[in-house]
Amino acid sequence: MLTKRIVPCLDIKDGRTVKGVNFQNIRDAGDPVELAALYARMGADELVFLDITATEDGRHTLVSLVENIAAEIDIPFTVGGGVRSKQDVERLLNAGADKVAVNSAAVRDPNLVKDLSLAFGSQCIVVAIDAKTVDDKWQVFVSGGKEATDRELFEWASQLVTLGAGEILFTSMDHDGTKSGFALEALEKLHQSVPIPIIASGGAGKLEHFEEAFISGKADAALAASVFHYEEISIPELKRYLNEQGISIRV
Amino acid sequence: MRIAVVKYNAGNTKSVSFALKRLGVEPIITSDHDEISGSDKVIFPGVGEASSTMSHLRSENLDKLLPELQQPVLGICLGMQVMCSYSEEGNTDCLGIFKQIVRRLPESEKVPHIGWNQLDNLKSALFYRAAEGDYAYYLHSYFVPINNLTVATTHYSAPVSAAIQKDNFFGVQFHPEKSGEVGSGVLQCFLEL
Repeated sequence: MLTKRIVPCLDIKDGRTVKGVNFQNIRDAGDPVELAALYARMGADELVFLDITATEDGRHTLVSLVENIAAEIDIPFTVGGGVRSKQDVERLLNAGADKVAVNSAAVRDPNLVKDLSLAFGSQCIVVAIDAKTVDDKWQVFVSGGKEATDRELFEWASQLVTLGAGEILFTSMDHDGTKSGFALEALEKLHQSVPIPIIASGGAGKLEHFEEAFISGKADAALAASVFHYEEISIPELKRYLNEQGISIRV
Repeated sequence: MRIAVVKYNAGNTKSVSFALKRLGVEPIITSDHDEISGSDKVIFPGVGEASSTMSHLRSENLDKLLPELQQPVLGICLGMQVMCSYSEEGNTDCLGIFKQIVRRLPESEKVPHIGWNQLDNLKSALFYRAAEGDYAYYLHSYFVPINNLTVATTHYSAPVSAAIQKDNFFGVQFHPEKSGEVGSGVLQCFLEL
């Protein structure tokens, strides 16, 4: 039986792990390769690396970082952040990434998703969506949550399926960094709206939050960063807990 | 021992070669016919899309070479799929090593099948180090139905061949290079064939 996935996320800036609260106040959380290897040993099912570097130098650092990660760890990982073109995707996949996440560039040019899925297969194209509620609607934001768009989460997600996206990484900006639980209603609605796997992101603070994300939110995977980086939740403990709750999990 | 990892357009050759290095083997990543033919074992990795992969293989004449190989050959994921006769992905005629048709996963579950799923009904030397029910990492939208070449199964919206085998040709749907210790065990078994 397919298991639910626990996915530590490493935000990367100039080759180092950082994590912001509500996308702000970034502080250093260590060497990404070290963290990645540690998470793999502890039983993480997958890893996500989101590069938030804005400079061209930093982008080159990313490709070599991806190579170092691939050399060290034997579980799958997704890389995203600033991916704009087929060439970007090719470079990251060739460096050893298993999947690539696109976000802002997909909103600006939805056909990019189509081109990428045709060239590399849907299974390695993850589309990341950052959204928050504005006037009771889930509005999509780009550029690391700084720029509002006129897109609505559920419509955008459905359109992405038509374009060939293989998976959706949905971050609720309302919940991100709050440690008050995932955006369960939105997750469940997303699950009803699209026939592809969904990674829940934003809001993990306690063991129960992951359980809720899988049971009420119907998520296929749950992503978290700071609770893992700062050892507030240990992955083996989390997986034991979920297993005891009867959730299908790889222990 | 010389291990060739077949290089082509959108493969995950690097991940496979890293996994081999972790097992102490330094592979050659190549599309050169002599290097491939002259190696003791060949790994044909796969991430990508069937029709673009086949046209790339044809442009390098690898579609002629691969089916003729005599040494053990391991196709991974898309590698295994294009070793079959035909894939519904892009309606693609494939290499025809395994006389099987690659189908799209039924939509009764979410497609792609992404994540850790079990290895069951193990019937191959590739699985000496694995146990029934061990988890491996899968990432695919197309699959090979159960058939007379199936040597391991899994289940996701349909019974799925997790591994197939014919003579010196082996194919695995999961990614051994990304499946932790279980996956390294499978690669180690392949190296020891």
